[in-house]
Amino acid sequence: MSSIDFLTDFLSACLRLTVPLAFAAIGGLLSERSGVLNIGLEGLILTGAFASAAVAFSTQQVWLAIAIACCAGALMGWIHAYLCVSLNVNQLVSGLAINLTAAGLTTYGARLLFNTGTVALPPLSSLPIPVLQHLTILGVFFQQDLLFYLLLLLLPASTYGLFHTQWGLSLRAVGNAPKAADTAGVSVARIRYVSVILCGALCGLAGAYLALVHVQFFAENMSAGKGFIALAALIFGRWHPVTTTLACLLFGATEALQLRIQAFGLNIPYQLLAMLPYITALFALAGLAGKATPPAALGLPYAKEKR
Amino acid sequence: MTIAYRQAVLKSGLRAALSPLIAVAAALTVGALLMLLAGASPIAAYSALFRQALTTYFGFADTLTKTTPLLLASLGVLVALRAGQFNLGAEGQIYMGGLGSLLVGLAFSDLPMVIHLPLALLGGFAFGAAWGAIAGYLKVARGLNEVLTTLLLNYIAQYLISYLVNGPLKAANAPSPFSELVAPSAYLPTILGKTQAHAGIFLGIALSTLLTLAFAITAWGYRVDAVGQNPVAARYAGIPVNRTILQVIALSGGLAGLAGSSEVLGLKRRLFENFSPGYGFDALAIALLSRGNPAVVILTSFFFGMLRSGANVMQRSASVPVSIIYAIQGLTVLFVAISLALEQQVQSPKPDS
Repeated sequence: MSSIDFLTDFLSACLRLTVPLAFAAIGGLLSERSGVLNIGLEGLILTGAFASAAVAFSTQQVWLAIAIACCAGALMGWIHAYLCVSLNVNQLVSGLAINLTAAGLTTYGARLLFNTGTVALPPLSSLPIPVLQHLTILGVFFQQDLLFYLLLLLLPASTYGLFHTQWGLSLRAVGNAPKAADTAGVSVARIRYVSVILCGALCGLAGAYLALVHVQFFAENMSAGKGFIALAALIFGRWHPVTTTLACLLFGATEALQLRIQAFGLNIPYQLLAMLPYITALFALAGLAGKATPPAALGLPYAKEKR
Repeated sequence: MTIAYRQAVLKSGLRAALSPLIAVAAALTVGALLMLLAGASPIAAYSALFRQALTTYFGFADTLTKTTPLLLASLGVLVALRAGQFNLGAEGQIYMGGLGSLLVGLAFSDLPMVIHLPLALLGGFAFGAAWGAIAGYLKVARGLNEVLTTLLLNYIAQYLISYLVNGPLKAANAPSPFSELVAPSAYLPTILGKTQAHAGIFLGIALSTLLTLAFAITAWGYRVDAVGQNPVAARYAGIPVNRTILQVIALSGGLAGLAGSSEVLGLKRRLFENFSPGYGFDALAIALLSRGNPAVVILTSFFFGMLRSGANVMQRSASVPVSIIYAIQGLTVLFVAISLALEQQVQSPKPDS
């Protein structure tokens, strides 16, 4: 294999592995910027993966599957928002409940629906962009599927939205100084609901990408810690969409690298390679320590009557 | 103390005992609806589950076997919770604890049991504690939230064990990845003849008693609670907050490590890859459900152990997939969270403004 082929191949794997991480991390970022901790990303991704697999399996409609995954993620996100914002449940406990419930329900649902064993799902076909797709190496950016392009759009859109619009200002205010935002007439609860539900929808997309693009079937707990890596990425990316996506690319590249090394059949046990993304995430966090300042009101419920 | 006040205290105590029960009942009810969805009879399924787990000799022994690691790991999570720390890494600490015990169990072959077994348990405790201390150190020295670090450490531990039993620790001629047997002098003895139930359960009960006492009467227990309730006030009261947090996370990891020890020394007698079916995550649910009370943890762990032990028979006789119990466990946490929140709202009525 020529080195250009190898690079192209590697880059393409990086991108594929980065997409679900980036969707989830940007979702988590919105949630956390508004002050709601979300360790439930893992469960939200799993929900999206299951919903998309179930719909794609029974209707063979890929786009319907993606839409439903988005809705299912949003619904779980709504539950997290309800627990955290309306009931003031400890946000870690709520996120944990989301993870455990999603893992249990999807495993059970998978046994009922796909009891024939693993089933192949219709793939999400790629949509090459004319001319550009033939570029050397960089061409891989233009041979992807619509969800990838959607992510490319989401990146500037979320950056612009967060830092240059009224909505973004309110969202950041609610996460940093809910009392001040409330006094200025911003509804803390509404902003937090919207952010967490959006987060759920984006994680739903991440899950759909896993199920429909990566593997084309549903496996129990197939999210395999991706939600936690996404959380590490958004901290490493300091709660900014662009740097967070770059962090996702780093973790995606680590994963792609370990898969390539495995494929080369070098004499390195695969378990040591499979650890790499998690170790990278841990070191990334440890190296960053003290330099990342989370939103000031992150994790704190806001009760109007206790001002 | 007025009568009205006493009644209020009694009432809130009752509510604290009642709401976890309501949460469990709600989860079982949703579980029943899910069974109906699968076209199975919930009554047949639940009665098969509980009859198997409680009234048959082998079923009951299996319940005890499953309760043991749950109890030990939950005590670990609970200690951390008392200091306001979320140890989501019990799963990884279980793996490391199993490894520690295995290494001590393999290292000696001619020690008397009274020395070898405690030493092997200590090995598991030490490995679990060290694994937990990584997250504790990152928290105290570098300000990293323990939630994420403990979660990431889980995956690393699990892959590490998988690597070891596939490579350096793999038994000679083993058909699948597992280690050699530990020396018999390191076995946790079987307590019910012809079953797998082992003495690890007594270790769990003893430690739970010890912790109950520690929290009730020792200065250490008071410090931990003070840090958990209000770290700022604790610091002003002269309590070394960071040192307490580090201690507690290490202890938490050590206790979870003992859950791994009990699996290796009591049940499997060797190390397998993926030997914990998610006990570390159940432990969190159990610790939350028990409201930080180390005595209640015994009952709660027993309940979760029962679900796990009866599930297989339920699948065979009522054709409900085993995975229903994972859904029930997840829902239990969900409902416990809701009940806790509702309770707080009842206790602190809104001021009229």
